[in-house]
Amino acid sequence: MSNIPTELKYVESHEWLRKEADGTITVGITDFAQAALGDIVFIELPEVDTEVEADDDIAVVESVKAASDVYAPIAGKIVAVNEDLADAPEKANEDPYGDAWFFRMEPTDPNVLDGLMSAEDYAAKCE
Amino acid sequence: MTSLLKTPMHDWHAAHDGRMVDFTGWSMPVQYSSIIDEHNATRNAAGLFDVSHMARFRFDGDQAGPFLDSIVTRRVENLKAGQIRYAMVTKEDGGNLDDILVYRLADAQGQLYYWVVVNAGNREKIASWIRERLPESGVTFTDLTLETAMIAVQGPKAIELAQPLVDVTLSEMKYYSGCETQILGQQSWVSRTGYTGEDGCEITVPAEIAVEVWRTLADGLAAIGGLPCGLGCRDTLRLEAAMPLYGHELSEQINPIQADLKFAVSMDHEFIGKAAISASIEDGKQMKRVGLQMQGRRAAREHYTIHLGDQQVGEVTSGSFSPTLDINIAMGYVQPELAEPGTELEIDIRGKRHLATVVALPFYSRKRKT
Repeated sequence: MSNIPTELKYVESHEWLRKEADGTITVGITDFAQAALGDIVFIELPEVDTEVEADDDIAVVESVKAASDVYAPIAGKIVAVNEDLADAPEKANEDPYGDAWFFRMEPTDPNVLDGLMSAEDYAAKCE
Repeated sequence: MTSLLKTPMHDWHAAHDGRMVDFTGWSMPVQYSSIIDEHNATRNAAGLFDVSHMARFRFDGDQAGPFLDSIVTRRVENLKAGQIRYAMVTKEDGGNLDDILVYRLADAQGQLYYWVVVNAGNREKIASWIRERLPESGVTFTDLTLETAMIAVQGPKAIELAQPLVDVTLSEMKYYSGCETQILGQQSWVSRTGYTGEDGCEITVPAEIAVEVWRTLADGLAAIGGLPCGLGCRDTLRLEAAMPLYGHELSEQINPIQADLKFAVSMDHEFIGKAAISASIEDGKQMKRVGLQMQGRRAAREHYTIHLGDQQVGEVTSGSFSPTLDINIAMGYVQPELAEPGTELEIDIRGKRHLATVVALPFYSRKRKT
């Protein structure tokens, strides 16, 4: 069974989102996603300061088997990326909700998380 | 959807976290734990693979040798008992129907017969090709695939793991040799063959004892640092060893010369496709199989196009991260003048060009004991 923390929000493309105290939103891929991808060997992240629309493909995860796009879960601006993933992409397999966050966004709509899936909704989708 | 074929070990795979996928009509494990861990276990210790999906054909009768000789690219009529040869089945135009192993074996009475191991996805195609061409007498053709199971034990500790099961001394058998053996009191077969670039053997047993044989081998893995392995790492292992995979490097549109498999063609016998292959050797203008090393960290994948300047000059047939070498490697076909190692090309990954260098094959070869 995959691990789906209750305090996070989710989108259909298997990314999780967390609102930080400063109003930015941290994004990563879910445990379900990392397990489906298998061994992750490279992660290409977007440039800081990029303005993105929801569903834009903005990052790439290369596993041994295949390359997969990562989509912007919401509209906004990329304000930080996790540089540690460049040297340690395997962290996305080991700690998808912690050390292996992908990027932080400043959302166009500050209340955007309210409309996204809860852990319960996402769990139902993963079955 | 038709239901998938299952090997005798299917329930074991499922019970051990095997991620089951449809591989050419068979439900097979792509991985149990991690492709990289399974890959490394095979390179460093031992990997245990269920390869029962591979087709096993038996040919008896005094015309078996001449018949096989007429449909494969190498001479097999002159094989001695115990010898195994890699060869191809080609069409009249030289196009590749399959790459196969031909075994000549002797039974307990010394009677000689042949075995042919065929790719899983080509079982029905090759069986029909054979049946349409069998002589009226002198050859008996039997498809043993479903009544037997095949297990590959690969890696530097493979022989140590498999030896207790068989009544022949594996270390005294040459690479590419095989014989009958008794396993758990049943008539079985063992050969020093594999598809990983490592030392090892492949064991074929009656389906009824397959799970017990598999369990015995699996139980011995932990003590030597080995792992059960899925098709995921079988693919990365064979890619590092530059072994072609049918449906990728090989197809009915590609002849053995283009595939750089001239060693698997011998012109000293008559076979279907010989004239076309001979012409291809003379011609030298057809696309050629090469190895490619990516300069960046994106991996080339099957069907990505290869470019030089504004021209498309080829296509990738297989590509992956290489766990052993920690680089991204690929095989593909390019125009023959670009096949020299050191040639710099570009690969299109979704609209962006990424640098790749042509390199000599194989990417990896094991240190052989002298």
